[in-house]
Order: sequence, then C-alpha cells, then structure tokens
Amino acid sequence: MNPLPSDEPEVKPLDADIVCVGYGPATAGFLTTLTRGLQEESGQALESRAMPGLPPQVLCYERADDIAFGVSGVVTRGRAIRATFPELPLEEIPMATRVSDEKLVYLLDPVGASRRPALMQLADKVLQAFGVKQSGWELPYCPDFLHKRDGFILSLGQFNQWTGQQVMMSGLAQIWPSTPVSEALIENDKVAGVVLAGDGTEVRAELTVVGDGPVGPVGRRLDEVMGMPAGHARDEWAVGMKMVVELPESCTLPEGTVFHTIGYPEPEIFGFFYVHPGRVASVGIFVPSWLETPARTAYRYLQHFVQHPYLWQHLEGGRMRSWGAKSLLESGRRGEPHLCGDGYARIGEGSGSTNVLTGSGVDEAWLTGTQLAEAVLEIYRAGLPFSQENLKTRYEARRRRSWLEEESIIAERARNGFQRGVLTGFIGMGLAGLTKGRVYVPRPVEDKKAARLEDFYVGRVSHSQIEKIRERCARDGKPLHDALMDAAGWPPIQFDGQLLVSHQDALLMGGKVQAPSDTPDHVVFLEPDVCIACHDKICIEICSGEAIHPGSGVPAFDHEKCVHCGACLWNCPLENIEFCAAPGGLHSAEN
Amino acid sequence: MPYQIIVCGGLAPDPLQTLEPVTTPAGPGLKNELMLPAVFDPWAGHALYEAANLAKNVPGSVIKVVSIAPKAKLQQVMMTVAQKLPFELVPLDGPGGGFTDSASVATALADAIAAIPGLDKSQMLLFGGWESATRGAGVVMQMVGEKLGITEQFLAVDELKVDESGALIIKERVEGGRHQVSKCAAPPAVLAWATGNLPEPSNHPQTGMANMRAMMPALQKAKAAALTSTLSYASVALPAVTRQTKIVKDVPAAQIAQELADWIKQ
Repeated sequence: MNPLPSDEPEVKPLDADIVCVGYGPATAGFLTTLTRGLQEESGQALESRAMPGLPPQVLCYERADDIAFGVSGVVTRGRAIRATFPELPLEEIPMATRVSDEKLVYLLDPVGASRRPALMQLADKVLQAFGVKQSGWELPYCPDFLHKRDGFILSLGQFNQWTGQQVMMSGLAQIWPSTPVSEALIENDKVAGVVLAGDGTEVRAELTVVGDGPVGPVGRRLDEVMGMPAGHARDEWAVGMKMVVELPESCTLPEGTVFHTIGYPEPEIFGFFYVHPGRVASVGIFVPSWLETPARTAYRYLQHFVQHPYLWQHLEGGRMRSWGAKSLLESGRRGEPHLCGDGYARIGEGSGSTNVLTGSGVDEAWLTGTQLAEAVLEIYRAGLPFSQENLKTRYEARRRRSWLEEESIIAERARNGFQRGVLTGFIGMGLAGLTKGRVYVPRPVEDKKAARLEDFYVGRVSHSQIEKIRERCARDGKPLHDALMDAAGWPPIQFDGQLLVSHQDALLMGGKVQAPSDTPDHVVFLEPDVCIACHDKICIEICSGEAIHPGSGVPAFDHEKCVHCGACLWNCPLENIEFCAAPGGLHSAEN
Repeated sequence: MPYQIIVCGGLAPDPLQTLEPVTTPAGPGLKNELMLPAVFDPWAGHALYEAANLAKNVPGSVIKVVSIAPKAKLQQVMMTVAQKLPFELVPLDGPGGGFTDSASVATALADAIAAIPGLDKSQMLLFGGWESATRGAGVVMQMVGEKLGITEQFLAVDELKVDESGALIIKERVEGGRHQVSKCAAPPAVLAWATGNLPEPSNHPQTGMANMRAMMPALQKAKAAALTSTLSYASVALPAVTRQTKIVKDVPAAQIAQELADWIKQ
C-alpha cells in the first residue's frame, strides 16, 4: 500500500504518445479505429514511444462532466459510422432507430408575424387556397442531397456514451471527463501537447488530436498561431436549439419519422422533428448567422416552432424531457483550417467537416476521425514521427480522396445565396445541390451582418417603441428579445408547465446546467469601453442559457447558467469576448 | 497511528437525468439503466472526502474503495473520481441500480474486504454512506461491520475528530434531530456517514493518472459479485415531483412568500 501524500500533488508534466482534446463523434471515430488497430497487432503490439515497454499511451480530455453530454438531434445517413460498424446494433443504443419516413415540409405562417418576403406570402395564399391542411405543405419529394431515408436517428449523447464505453473497455485509451484543456503547448512552431485548465498540467505528447468543436479554445488558438489557409474564413454559424419531448399518448407517429422544415418561424430558420423509439421526439431549430436580427432569441423562436399547427397536432400534451443548445460551424470546407502540422491534426466540426448542403455533420466528423486513426497507425507501424509531412501524406491525402471532400466541394458554394436574401438562398442551394455544385449563386463581396435594431424593425416597431423597450428592459435587467418579439406581433407564450415553460425552467427541467462554483468566469468581456459603447449587445440577445444579462454598461455573466454553446463568441461583432476553457455546461444524456 | 481506511461506495444513476422506472426481465430497473450517466454515490462521496482528509492528516494512512457496479460503468465514473484524491480500487462487477438485497450486497462487500491482502484490522476504519442514493435502506454498513466482526459502529455520522490520545471523537445524528458525541478508543470501527463537512475536492489530473495505473488492471480482473435476492417488488416509482410555473410581475416579496406558503400548505 502506498502512503498518501500530505499535500496537493505537485504539478509536473505528464507524458503520453497521443493526446486528444474533446470527445465528440470525431474523436469517437478516431479512438474506436485506433484502439481496434492496436488490438489487431496480435503478438507484435505497437510500443509506446513515451513509455517504452507499454502499448501507446492514448489520452483524451473532455470538458463536460460525462462523455454522454453532447447536444444534437441527429438524423444521419451514417455511411462512415456503418463502415466502422457494419452491423450497427441500434437496439443496443437507446434512442437510436432507422429512418422509416422522411418528409420535407414547408411551414406557412399561422400567426402573421413572420418576416416573409412577398413571394413567400403569395405562396402561402396559394397553398391555403388549395386547402393545405395544418399550415404545412409536405413537398412531393425530398431532394437526393437532403434525404437520409437509408440512415438512422440518434441521440448524440447516447451514441457518444456507447462508443466511449467500448473504447474504454479496450484498455488502450483513457477518456477523462471534467477535464478541460486550456490551450495547445506550442514550442518552435510545433505542437508538443496541451495544457490542462485548472492546475495547468502540461500533457506532452508526440501527437495532439484537436477535436474540440467549433468554439474549443485549443482549435481557436491554433488558428491564431498557425493562421488559416489562403481564402479560408469562418463566418457562417448557427445556433442549434432543441427539446427532447415525451410525445402524448395520442401521437401515432411511428418511430423513425423525420420532418425537415423550412419557412417558419422566420423564413431563414430551418427546423427538425425526429421520432425516437419509446414515443420520444427531438424537436429543434437552427438560427443561422445570416438572420439579420440582432435580437436572435432562439428559445422564443423554438417555442413558436413547436406550436406551429403542423407540429402541434403531434406535440400538444407532450412533456419536455430535456433541452439543449450548441453553436454549429457552418462554413464547411470554406472554413477549413490547416488540417495538420508538426505534432497536431484537426478533426471533426472544428476542422470544417460539416456539410451545410446536406445538413449533415456527425457522420462527416466520424469519418475524419477514422481517417486520422488509419493514418496514425500507418505512421506508427513505419516508425515515423508525427510531422506535418507525414500527417499530410497519410491523413490529409485520405480526406482529399474521400466522399467527404467531394461533397464538401459541392456544398462549399451552396449557401452563397443566403447572403443576398432568403429566396435567393433557397434557389442557390437548390441549384448547387441539383447540379452537384456546377451552378451556384456567387457570394457577395461583403458578408451579411446583423442589422441595427432600429433598421431591422423598420415598419413594424417604431424607434420610440424600441427606446421604451430598451429603457424598461435595462431597468428590469432583462434582455430585449422577448419584448421585441411581443412588439413585432408574436403572440405571448401560454406556459403549460410541461412543454411550454420559461427559458430558465427549460434549463432546470431539461438542461440542468452544472458549473463548479470555484472556477473563474469563462466568458470574459475584454475591453469594458468597447462593451459600453456597443449599441445592440447581441451577446445578451443570442445567449442560449440567458447567462448574459444587461449589466452596468458591460454585460453581466453568470457561469452557472452557461450551456457552453459559444454563440456569444461568434456573435460579438467587435470580437470583444474571450471564451475560455471551463468545466461544466449542459448536463443531459438525452440530447 | 496510520489508518487503513476502507470506503464502501457504489454508483448511482446521475440524479439530474430523466429517470424512469421500468420492469425488466430481471425485475424492476430504470429505463436505459446501463446507458444513463452514473455518479459515485453522493452519500459514499461524503465518506470518501472525509477519508481523504483524515488520511492527509495522519501520514502513512491509505484508502481503498470497494465498489460493486457494472464494470464498464465503474471504469467510466472512476475517470472522474480518481482525479480527486489518491486511493486504490477494489472493484466488484455487479448490478448498480439499487434493486438489490441489502444482505446480499453486504456479504459481497465483506468478502471482498476480508480478501484484501495485508489488511490489518487493528488499523481499519470502515467508511461508507449511511444510506445510498439508489435505495436508502440504511443497513448495509451495519451488516458489513457485523460480518467483519467490527462491533464499534457509528451511523449517520456528521463529524469525526481524533484527539491527542488517538481516540476517535464521533458526532452522530440521533432521534429527535439531536446529535450524540461518542468516543472510540481505537480502530476498528464502522463509520456510516450522513453528510460530513467537506466539499468535493477539485480535479487533479496528476492524481488521476497515478490512480488509474493501478485501477485499470484491477478493473480488468474485477470478479463478479454473486448477489442473490429473494426480494420481490410490488411496485416501483420515483418520488413525485411537482413543478408549477407561474409568471408574476411587480409582486412584493412578502406576497410571493405568502403564496408559496399557501401552496405548500395545500
């Protein structure tokens, strides 16, 4: 028996061979493939270079309290996942099922407050004249580039947990939850490992695998230091917000039903409704960066979305089981960073793998992880270093040869049109999708930015009304978004205490944010004067957890409400927010 | 005198998740039980943090955690718990949902403790939660103590001090909302903790890495806990939770308090 130390452990560097940052689908794909490869080396196991005599030492650090706490309602064709698991045992994964019925639905505006262009208003009238029921028109077909009918529905939290258990049981990788990584350890332009938040432990490794998503501090820091490839930029994002709902007994939708929706609550907002096994559904929306409003209240929009008659017929009487939000990097290949360098490789959403045309990201992320694992095994077997050249010729080259690259190129220009307006956007998306990227709408020189409140609400809410709302909300310490939506004609939400509840109750009932009380704020407003001079303070209005509130000039941040979606970071037009590594965040395994 | 502190602690489904009792072929259980995130039992957590504090103040002391839980789950939870303080794990692979017979659990724990090599009972303190988060029977620690022949037993412990002579001064909860302070000359003793006073320690990755070097092989060799039960359950339900949301504006605090009081009285 070893005696216990009498003081706090000394902080000294840890040595490993491979250190991964973040456990999402990309890292799950990486570790699943890597540990399988290591197991298959029967009789001649690969040897650790950091600890000779042992198998390679593979560590993965995850910020959240558990590897199950991801946020996404996933419907996926699952090509890459099925390549890894040809007989994917869906029955072993809670909330997983095959897609049985898939519909693309155009939602009309039942309340008259949606900002629809004239052509859409006309379309609404025509459809109503033809007797479209429940204010939703099921399109006669779902374009090939959008369909997922041969795929399956997952809860990302449950899927992560399932993969994580198998990886851990192999004994060949360690996944450490509740352990955020603050930055990459960069020495002489080479990544030599990572620094853990908290006690500042350096974990030195020959290869750092960066899979920390769209707002991860390691990925962002690498982009700052290494720069982005010429012509690449990250400027398209969305807030994804969802509820997991226990459907009422009256609901007869079979499991595997999928609705993709367009048109409501705002024409730019896409929605989804997936039915899991056990009469449970995922219902949510994506609020994109090219929605001009500076009061982008995703939660209120989500509540109007679930009450749309087309969906409400299935949801009325249901109960919220959990709730979640995350931001999505939607720049796709255009926002791809340097995929590898000396000592590091990027995988998953943060590597620009999300396909905005097909509305798919999990399967693509998984593929990037498996491609990197195959490359790593090759490099290991050949006894080579994890240099940029070796990673480029084995990992990056694999990616360039795969369907991921081919489809990313098609998707790259698919959303140019939305920078010009919603109808142009839909036309551009359709053209790019149907012609496999050969025909597309050119992107304007200047990207679309959020308008000033006064300009956005011209004709609907007067300047004096906005000023009164500002004063009242400042006095009450509230964001503007609910009051602005009321003023713009959106009906009040009649809370039922089950499915329609206040934003803060949604956090309590379904998100259950966990935040250690002894950690510093991870959202930091850099220059107070910049915040004080800021006119619209979009950070307050976009905040998914209402963790950012009006303060005395500089917004106030409450880390016990933050869901770590990162929307404040990418919505600040003045780049005056730092989003640091921190433990905690959303605490639900059903998302 | 250094202590050999044995902490009994199982896992509990994360209480912040949506828990739903269902009937399974093996009896009552929770829906998706194996896929629900788990946590170290919060009651046993108090015992563990108190054990760490005691061991830190008495050089040479060691902590061993004996835990019955599904092996895969135990491994996952230990990735977090192992970062908080140094200890060795004695894992037993068994059900962790709480629908088990207390006597059977106590027998498995006592057998595992008795089999720990080099265990010196004269230095042994047996810690655990007074109850468990999965089922608050409050009897397991007593039975483990009895099976190991430890007659000094303290239940619902809130505080432990060691005086100059090395005697243990133990504060227990007793009936009527009172405390009882006892003096125990020396180990061995059973201390089943109610709350303790210590917060959850912060994570130390170094500690975690050091712990896991021994835990991983131990987990791979974990023996199955042979739990037998003759219990049958007439019905199983979670405690009823009522949530009523009401939006009020410009209402004085006193009026809100009165409304709450009236609501609670209903």
